[in-house]
Order: sequence, then structure tokens, then C-alpha cells
Amino acid sequence: MRRQIPLMLVFIFGIFMIFQYFVPHESSEWIYEFLLDWIYIIGIFALALGIWSLIRVSVAKIKAHKSGWGYPIITLAGLFLMILFGFTGYRDGSWGFYFMTAEGLSNPMFRHFFDYIMIPIQSTMFALLAFFIASAAYRAFRARNIMASLLLVAALVVMLRFNPYLGPIGPVIADTASWLLNVPNLAAKRAIIIGVGLGMVATSLKIILGIERGYLGKG
Amino acid sequence: MNIFDRMMSLDRRWVFLLLVVVCAVTYIVPFQVPIRVEGEVRSIYDFIDTLKPGEIVFIAIDYDPNALAELHPMCYAVMEHCFRKNLKVIVTALSQNGPGMAEQAILNISDSLMLDREYNGVLYEGREIRNGEDYAFLGYKPYFALVILGMGQNFRIPFPTDYYGTPLDSIPMMQGVQNYDQVACVVDLSAGNITDAWISYGQGRFYFPLALGLTGVMGADYYPYLNSRQIFGLMAGLYGAAQYEEMANNPGLAKDGMRVQVYAHLVIILFILMGNIGYFMGRRDEKK
Amino acid sequence: MKCRSLIAFLLVLCAFTLTGAQEGIGPPDSISADSTRGDSILPPAPVGNLKAWDTDDDHGHSVTLEWEISSDDGAGQNSVLSYEIFRWTPFFMDTLKGIRNSLAQTEAYIAELQAFLPRAKKRLKVHRKGEPGVGFADSVAFYVDTIAASERWLPLHKDRLGQLRRERAQAIDMIPQAHKSYPEQGEWRKVGTALSGQTSYVDAGVKEKVSGDYLADHADYYYRVDAVTADSTIRTSSEIAGPVQSYGQFFNTGRIPVFVAVIVFTFLTVFFVTKARRGADLYVRPLAGIEAVDDAIGRATEMGKPILYVLGLGTAADIGTIASFTILGRVAKRVAEYQTKLIVPCYDPIVMTVAQEIVKSAYLDAGRPDDYYEDIVYFVTQSQFAYVAAVNGTMLRELPATNMYMGVFFAESLILAETGALAGSIQIAGTDQVAQLPFFIVACDYTLIGEELYAASAYLGREPILLGSLKAQDYAKAAVMVLALLGLIAVNLDWTAFTDLFVVAK
Repeated sequence: MRRQIPLMLVFIFGIFMIFQYFVPHESSEWIYEFLLDWIYIIGIFALALGIWSLIRVSVAKIKAHKSGWGYPIITLAGLFLMILFGFTGYRDGSWGFYFMTAEGLSNPMFRHFFDYIMIPIQSTMFALLAFFIASAAYRAFRARNIMASLLLVAALVVMLRFNPYLGPIGPVIADTASWLLNVPNLAAKRAIIIGVGLGMVATSLKIILGIERGYLGKG
Repeated sequence: MNIFDRMMSLDRRWVFLLLVVVCAVTYIVPFQVPIRVEGEVRSIYDFIDTLKPGEIVFIAIDYDPNALAELHPMCYAVMEHCFRKNLKVIVTALSQNGPGMAEQAILNISDSLMLDREYNGVLYEGREIRNGEDYAFLGYKPYFALVILGMGQNFRIPFPTDYYGTPLDSIPMMQGVQNYDQVACVVDLSAGNITDAWISYGQGRFYFPLALGLTGVMGADYYPYLNSRQIFGLMAGLYGAAQYEEMANNPGLAKDGMRVQVYAHLVIILFILMGNIGYFMGRRDEKK
Repeated sequence: MKCRSLIAFLLVLCAFTLTGAQEGIGPPDSISADSTRGDSILPPAPVGNLKAWDTDDDHGHSVTLEWEISSDDGAGQNSVLSYEIFRWTPFFMDTLKGIRNSLAQTEAYIAELQAFLPRAKKRLKVHRKGEPGVGFADSVAFYVDTIAASERWLPLHKDRLGQLRRERAQAIDMIPQAHKSYPEQGEWRKVGTALSGQTSYVDAGVKEKVSGDYLADHADYYYRVDAVTADSTIRTSSEIAGPVQSYGQFFNTGRIPVFVAVIVFTFLTVFFVTKARRGADLYVRPLAGIEAVDDAIGRATEMGKPILYVLGLGTAADIGTIASFTILGRVAKRVAEYQTKLIVPCYDPIVMTVAQEIVKSAYLDAGRPDDYYEDIVYFVTQSQFAYVAAVNGTMLRELPATNMYMGVFFAESLILAETGALAGSIQIAGTDQVAQLPFFIVACDYTLIGEELYAASAYLGREPILLGSLKAQDYAKAAVMVLALLGLIAVNLDWTAFTDLFVVAK
């Protein structure tokens, strides 16, 4: 039963969602919108599960004094502080806790933590990519054979696409880069997209029909 | 180890160091690089420029702070263009960290719009941008695919209230605005797989005009959709943002960033060439 | 004689005058459509052949109108600037509108009171704590009276709200009945405009009954289209079209191509799965990345180093993650057999839960349940780059011999792969995220491209059912290729009959 019920639910709702795409009638739309509401509700539980998992793992690391156990303390502090700031707001001349309305969003500490900690940290991590791309390009773009040479030339052309210092060959490079993006790149990407799309349809059908059961916990 | 071997096996930290120096210098020294506008960006600009006052543009700010450098300039350029043209804007942020940035962008643009400015020879008088009259900020909801599908039925399904808790039916500009049918176009600014959801579940199901603003890495992947006219325009990376700023005559962060990017690319090309020279000369020596 | 001449002259003069006047009265060869002088515009010809029908393939609440343009639209007098669409509306709809307005006002008033009361009570507390004096006493009295009045009125307004809602529901049910009173007890009201040259209009209402734009199904609607000139008072009405009723359809005929594709693909899947179950040998070409998995696990065992398996940043609902679960199961079983250490950091808590079950089952299947411990699969964080930083740290500390990246990856893919290369690991990657493939191809030793990730689960286990569905995918791809070629020929030879077969309507 433990496996049969989820399989049955997946089958019923999967078939309904396929069916709903072809049935525009109001009754089908009503059920569809009802299901959408339920998925939001279930999604919130997933969010709560994520928070609970984070707390559980961090507390376990702190209790066991595993290496680097100071970091989970910072993690938990950040989590609870943002929750506190997000629920605290100023209205009618006094501070208070507001759980249902939006006062917390304009809490200065909430905004400061987001604007001056969260945004710079995330931007910095993304900026690391520039350096990794440089070192990966230096390692990988070697003309070892014909295919590698083609890759090298294409990469150089696309990188020089918007370089303004190329003089008369600038427009030629730009047009070549455009051709590369709009013809061979497009053809290859389209083929991969079609293949991935068909793979997704096949996997989805397997899940709906109960052939693919990996998500239930046994490979 | 001769010089060619060194060129081929250079410690990556030298690469990082030179890149840092070049980026820092080109950032500090102010100069502009000329921008060439391409068709896929021009089509977005022209579409928005020809809309009538009062028409609605839907801007989906679906990126996190990590893609801020490339996509925020696009957001500023497009949104300011819309407000200058007296268009109304609906904003959503379907990524978890998006709402804070979206709100920041709206407030900054509102300040900028208070000033009289001239763009492309046309003087736009400063005016106050009002929440509920000029724009509606709907905020964030999880499960973006479902949100996109739900908005196709009615914006009120995923967003009964806006970001600030005001019921959508009480917002003046949302009166009579049910779903994508009342919207002139959707501009999705995204750095992840939310774009695929907009194409498959949004445009594929509800057939509204869709334009994309993406990071440079993702840009190349969406030319098939441009070719098949599932999207009518594409801005890829900082260069895409710079092109839009160029067209709008509104220089900003993107045009500033282009000078850094151009020289950074030259550094990467230099190292690639160095590696290849080392490789070929090394092979020639081996053959000898 | 002089009188006769005079009379003849006058008659000739009259004749000339009349001719000239007729020339002035008669329709000129062309009049500019920009003319705004009312006395120079004649009533235009009406639109012809006005038809109205229920809009196809929708959920109802919509009527489509079509007509032939007026002969004075772009020709003839060239005076038609636009068309105005009118629908006969019973006066009863004004009653309904009145109920809706009262309802909205009552709801707004209740919302105001509900927002006011807690604030007022708070202010009252503040004022009561204040120094006694004339000002404060007045304020306290004011707030006490206002709060008392609001608390008295609130339940009354709520009752009124309930009553109005019932009235609205009853009125909405009476809409079809009200429309039967045509042509009495109603009037023509404008519902839309079309520009000159347009020959169709969709009168689309909403399905929400509480909305002012609600267009009821199964009510008799009558339409008329006016051809309008620059002077909006000079217009000609068409014949009346109707009665027409709107209703929802049970099948969207515009999506038949998709329906056929789904049926065909499902048939192929079921056919090949059945064939595989009956023992047919289905060939799958070798995948270099998967062939290397065994060697990579062996390498890790020999070196005494762990294997790092990254499931990616997808959720448990993503197809890439589901494919990765299957591969993880196979890898975990091999790892258990070889007694090598496995590290599986997770981005999503639900993915972590599923992965834990999979690894535990794998260890059980390998006959090594005691070797399994919970920390093999652990949750890191749901922040993209924080997750990457944590995994990078694990890579540089644990120095795994083999890194496997299977699933949904985004911008962090290159950071992961480059750090793994720095740590000296063999790297096998597979993702369906097309944008990340170049980074994995450049930085990893083996890469599964796109759907090879989905195929890998079938390839590894060689289960007949999975192989069968893989075969179905391949045949579907072959069909797409053939159709693409035929479509290319059809487009070039203008075989619209063929290309139209694949058009999917809204």
C-alpha cells in the first residue's frame, strides 16, 4: 500500500493534467485551478521541510563539535535574524510583530541585511565565474585536432564579436559571429532541445504510468 | 622547461592576477566603447517604443542577486523606457531573492523619473510614478511554472494580493486586467530555468509576445526560439543591456561595464593564444 | 414674345441650377476619410453578412462576430473609419450592476472598519496612559465613542454583505431569463470597436460571475455592427445577428496535432515496453560516460579515496534529478560492493530524503547494510552559490578520486568542474541544461549530453522496461526527423495542406 497509493495518485493526477490541456471547458478549468492552489499549499510544506532540515543538520554539527562547527552557528543566526526582522515592523508610532501584513518588508535591518550582505555575497560568487572561465578557456582551447581547432576559432570569433577596436574587420567578425549563432549553433541547440524534450516526455510518461519509480526511494 | 612549456602550463593564478588588474584598471579609468546594436535587441526596443500610452508591459524579474551585474541594467533600461512612454508595468519576481531587488529597482527608477530628461532628442518631463496607478508589483510565489500557468487564467489565482498586501481588485491599474490577454508583451529577465517555463507554459500555451533578457551564458541557447518566433527579441548578457541603453539613449551600468568586458575578453584571448603557441612550438620541438 | 423668352430663359437657368445642385448632392467620386465636416459626409454603406457564433475551442463566455466590410471602407466614399459593435443588453443588467456596486462599497467599508478598529484601540491605550487634561480627555472620549459605533455597525454591515451576495447570486442566475425579453426592456450598448478594414471581433467576457465583465453562457445574445465615419453621429447599422449563445467546448480541436502526437508516443512507449518485457533484446549504443563509471569507482577504491556524487540543483520533480536518482542507485550499489566511501551533498531537502532512501536500498541490495550511515547523504543549503562553496570545500578537503555531476545544473557548473579538476579527480558529468553542457565538456573527462542522461538510467541497469521506453524515444526522434524533412520540402513547395496539419491553435 505504501507504494501503491503514491503510484495511483501520480497516475490519476498525471492523466488529468494531460486531459486538461485538451479540454477547455470551465469544469476542467475549475479542477485545474483547484489543483494549482493545492500545489502551492504543498509547496509551502516543502519550504518548511527545508528549514527544518537545515536546523536539524546545523544543530547536529554544533552538538557533535564537528570540524568547522562555527559555520552552522552563523547559518542559524542568519536564518533566525532574518525571520525576526521580516516579522517586525513599525506602524502607528510603535514597533510590533506583524505576521500577516507587509510591514516587515520595510524593516531597515531586513533591507540592510539583504542589500548589503546577501546581494554582495551572491554577486561575488557569480563573479568568480569570470576567473574560472579564463582558466578553463586557457586549458581547453588548444588546437589539438580539427574539431578542437574549429572550437577555438568559433570561440575567438564570438568573443571578438563586440570588440570595437578591430577596424575594418570588425563588422566581418560580428557578421560571422551572428551567422555562427543563428545557423550552426541554432541547429545543434535545436537538435539537443528536441532530444531533451522527447526525453522529458518519455520520462514523464514513465512516471505517470508507474514504470519509473525512482522518486519513491528505490532505484 | 623552456618558454613554450611554461606558456602551455602557466599557473592559473597568473591568469587570475592579470584579469584582476585589467578589470580594475578599465573600471577605474572612465571611457566608453562604441556599441553596435543587433536586430534581436532592436526588436524589443521598437516594440515597446511603438506601444500606446496606457498599454501594459509585464516585466518578470526572475533572477537572483548573482545575476545582478548582467540583468539589473536591462531591468533599469527597459523599465525606465516603459515609464517614459507612459506605459503601465506589472512586475513579478519569481525567484526567491528577486522581490527585494525588484523593489529596489522600482524605487530607484521612480526617483530617476522625477527629473526632466531628454532621450533621442525628445524631452520627457519628470513625473511621479505611483504604485497601483503606474505599476503593480505582485511579488514572489513559489513553483514558478504553476504561477505562470495560473496567471494565464487570471493574475489573481497566484497573486490575490500584490507584494504589499493590497488585493488586486483594489488596485486601479488592475481593473479589467485579468490575464496575459490584456498585456501588450512580457519581458522575462532571468538567469535560470524560469525562462524555459515562460516559453513552454507561458508563450506556448497563451501565445503572448515574449521577449527575453538573459545572462550571456544562456543567450546562445535561445536563438532557436527567436528563429521560430516564439520570442520576438533577445537581450543576452551585459552586451544586450548595453545595446538597449544605446537605443534608449540612456547610458548606465551596462555601457560602463562593457569597457571592462571588452578588455577582459582580450586578456582571455591572449592566454588562449599563448597556450596554443606553446602547444604548437612544443609539438614542433618533439618532432625534432 | 418677350414673356416666353423670359420664361424659357428662366427655365434653362433652373435646369442648369438643378443639375449643378444634383451634382453637389449626388455622391462624389471620392471624399477624403479625414473630412470632419458633417455636411460633406454621407451615411456609409452598412457592413454585410454579419454572423455571430460561439467562439470555438474555449471555456465559453465568448462570442465571435464576422462581417464583410462596408463598401465605403477603403473604397466608394472611403468614409468609414471604424466599426462599433453593439450588444442588446436588458435593463436588468443595470440592477445587477447596482448590486455589485453596493457590494463593493460594503466590502470596502467593512475593510476600512476592520483596519480602523485595532489602530483605534491602540491609540486609545496611548491616550489613556497620557497626562490627564482637556485635550486627552476629549481624545479618549472620541475614540471610545467611535470604537463603540464601529463595533455596533460592523456586524450590521456584515449581514448586509451576506444579503447582497445572495441577491447577486440570484441575479446572476436570472441573466439568461432577462435576455429572453428582447427586444423590449433593454437597449443596444456598445461593447467594442474595430478599426476600418477589420472583419471580425471577439466579444470575450470573463468566467468569474462576480466580475463586471462576466458574460453568461446559455443566454441569447443579439449583435449589431455600426459602420462609423469621422463624424460619429453619421453611421449605418447592420442587420441584427442573433440569437447566439456562448458555451464551453469539451475538446479543443486546435490542439489535435498535439493529441495525435501524445497518442502515438504513448503507443510507442507501451509497445516497446511490452516487447522488452517479453524478452526482446533491444540494442542501446555504448555511452562513454557510463562505461567509465565502473573504472572510476575502481580507481577510487584503489586510491583509497572517496567518490563525490552531486545530484545537482533541481528539485525532486525535475526530470534530470529523477534520472540522476536511478544512476545514483546503480553507483551506490557498486560503491557498497567495493566498500568505497561515498559522499552525496544535496541542495534540496526532498531530494536528500529520496537520495537517502535510494542509497540505503542500494547498500541493502549489495548485502552491506551495516556500511550505510546517514551522513553519506546530507543536506547543505538551498542557496546556489553557498551550496557550490560547500561542495568545493568538500572537494578540496576530501580530495575525491571521482566526481560525478548528474542532474540539473546552472551557473555553478564551471566552478564545480574547475575545482574538481584542481583537486585532480576524474569527472563524469551529465545534465539536460543545454547552457551548462559546454562548461562540463571543457572541464570534465566524460559528459552525458542532454537526453543521454535520461538514457543512462536504462543503460546502466539494462532493465527491459527502461530500455523499451528508450527505444520508443528513439523512434519518436526518427519520426520527428522525417517530419522535419517533409516539412522543409513542403514549405519550399508551398504545400500548405501539409504544413497546416501541424498548426496548433490557442
